[in-house]
Amino acid sequence: MGSLQINHVNKAFGATKVLHDINLEVADGEFVIFVGPSGCGKSTLLRIIAGLEDATGGEIRIDGDRVDAVPPAKRGIAMVFQTYALYPHLTVKDNMSAGLKQAGTPHEQIERQVAEASRMLALEPYLKRRPAELSGGQRQRVAIGRAVVRDPKLFLFDEPLSNLDAALRVHTRLEIAKLHRDLKATMIYVTHDQVEAMTLADKIVVMNAGRIEQIGSPMELYNTPQALGVSGAKTIGIRPEHLVLARDGGRWAGRVEHVEHLGADTNVYLATEAAGLVTVRLFGEVYHDTGSTLWISPSHDRFIYRFDEAGQVIR
Amino acid sequence: MGPGLRRGDTERGESTMSKATYSPGRAIAAHAVLIAYTVVALFPVFVIIINSFKSRKAIFGSPLSLPFGDAFSLVGYETVFKRGDFLLYFQNSLVVTVAALFFVLLFGAMAAFALSEYRFRGNTLTGLYLALGIMIPIRLGTVAILQLMVASGLANTLWALILVYTAQGLPLSIFILSEFMRTVSDDLKNAGRIDGMNEYKIFFRLVLPLVRPAMATVAVFTMIPIWNDLWFPLILAPSEATKTVTLGAQMFIGQFQTDWNGVLSALALAIVPVLVLYLIFSRQLIRGITSGAVK
Repeated sequence: MGSLQINHVNKAFGATKVLHDINLEVADGEFVIFVGPSGCGKSTLLRIIAGLEDATGGEIRIDGDRVDAVPPAKRGIAMVFQTYALYPHLTVKDNMSAGLKQAGTPHEQIERQVAEASRMLALEPYLKRRPAELSGGQRQRVAIGRAVVRDPKLFLFDEPLSNLDAALRVHTRLEIAKLHRDLKATMIYVTHDQVEAMTLADKIVVMNAGRIEQIGSPMELYNTPQALGVSGAKTIGIRPEHLVLARDGGRWAGRVEHVEHLGADTNVYLATEAAGLVTVRLFGEVYHDTGSTLWISPSHDRFIYRFDEAGQVIR
Repeated sequence: MGPGLRRGDTERGESTMSKATYSPGRAIAAHAVLIAYTVVALFPVFVIIINSFKSRKAIFGSPLSLPFGDAFSLVGYETVFKRGDFLLYFQNSLVVTVAALFFVLLFGAMAAFALSEYRFRGNTLTGLYLALGIMIPIRLGTVAILQLMVASGLANTLWALILVYTAQGLPLSIFILSEFMRTVSDDLKNAGRIDGMNEYKIFFRLVLPLVRPAMATVAVFTMIPIWNDLWFPLILAPSEATKTVTLGAQMFIGQFQTDWNGVLSALALAIVPVLVLYLIFSRQLIRGITSGAVK
């Protein structure tokens, strides 16, 4: 019910190019997440898919139909925004039914679809309230409900959890995952949070400086990273959890600068001569004195990634 | 009510608490300054009103005494209603003010929306051009405006005044409103676009309600100079049928003798409609501020 093809999409604002030849295929029912640092073009790409921004070149197809010249409302998409973007003067129910009303959907069908969506998201008690009377988490649920009501081919999420506090973020993340399971809808999600990307996605699209750097499933990306970002020199990289510490010998020496106790994990920061500040993540509670010297080694050589001058991985 | 709602409430509560760094000394000082200013500002109005209820002798004998006993007289109001058609003058003033206000707010808000919302070549230049009118007084163009109105057959019509006042009010309203419209969330407008609203609906249904406090401010700033203006009614529409209140009150001021009872009564009456309009807008203004926390 909702596939997406992006072919050779470019975008420039005046002379600054923000997207360079983007090609991407999203299958029906897939959950795809765009990750990357801010300014990498992921939000712009999402807005181009939504039709809120015109591409400078290339084409977008939804379900095989070219939609470059189709207005947002006719593309069969729904979007959830970081700032919720609820209509402040309308009740929750009117917020959810606004899109269908605009499209001239029959009254009974609107009622049915709003009832269905509010049941799914447990919004029934709030239908008569205005957005100002809701908490942040409830507002974002209403915004998700507004998207669900439209029964779109494509759900677009623009950093939907960024404005929520940590507890609500986890809760809403689970709700979105459940929604994806229940609706089996195609979802495209933009975030800079790696945890969201790893936990929600079927497929992660890593973007940097207006280009797609890597596409793959979460574990593929974790185990075979392809790029580090431009470093300008040959570099090696090891994930913090793949390092071990020893008191009496190892590959590199380092002085303990700071220790973070997270309960389940302990992060140790060491100043090394070989690589500057190195983070080591240890499981459980571990105590080291700041200022003491320890030895760092990789737990296995296959966890060492080598990158060339351009930041690309060497195999 | 879920725990989420309560959390939101305390957050809001804390933020207002932290803002209110209350100190009685500072509050008294601030109030003293404000009260002093209010007294100074209202004193002339007060003098006009009390003297409009007094006889000519009492006005000159003791201008600051209250209109009681012998001093009390309604002769001023009698003259106002006997001489000249003051009801018509009021009507003209109201029509001109309300119509000009309507056009200033409508076109000002529309231009401001275009300037703040759309990226197009010459956007900044257009904005500057439209704001230029704030610095150049429209009266400099009086002769040209008069020629224009005569040529187009609009002299001695209310339309002449409405058009001139609309032009006069637009620069400031565009300037203020475009600043405010930049603060309206892009996400909200985009949500409207995805829900199938066209640009007019987005403007009227989403953006205008959110900039209502700014609209009320602009309305007040626009309305008062129009209501009080004597220059353009005198030049563009001095005929009996198109006289405004300020122009009508001038007939009591003569070269050799001035009917102060008539002038003061006409002015006292002229305050009323503009006061009513102001009250309407200021209520909007307050409502706008209190409902501004929605976002």
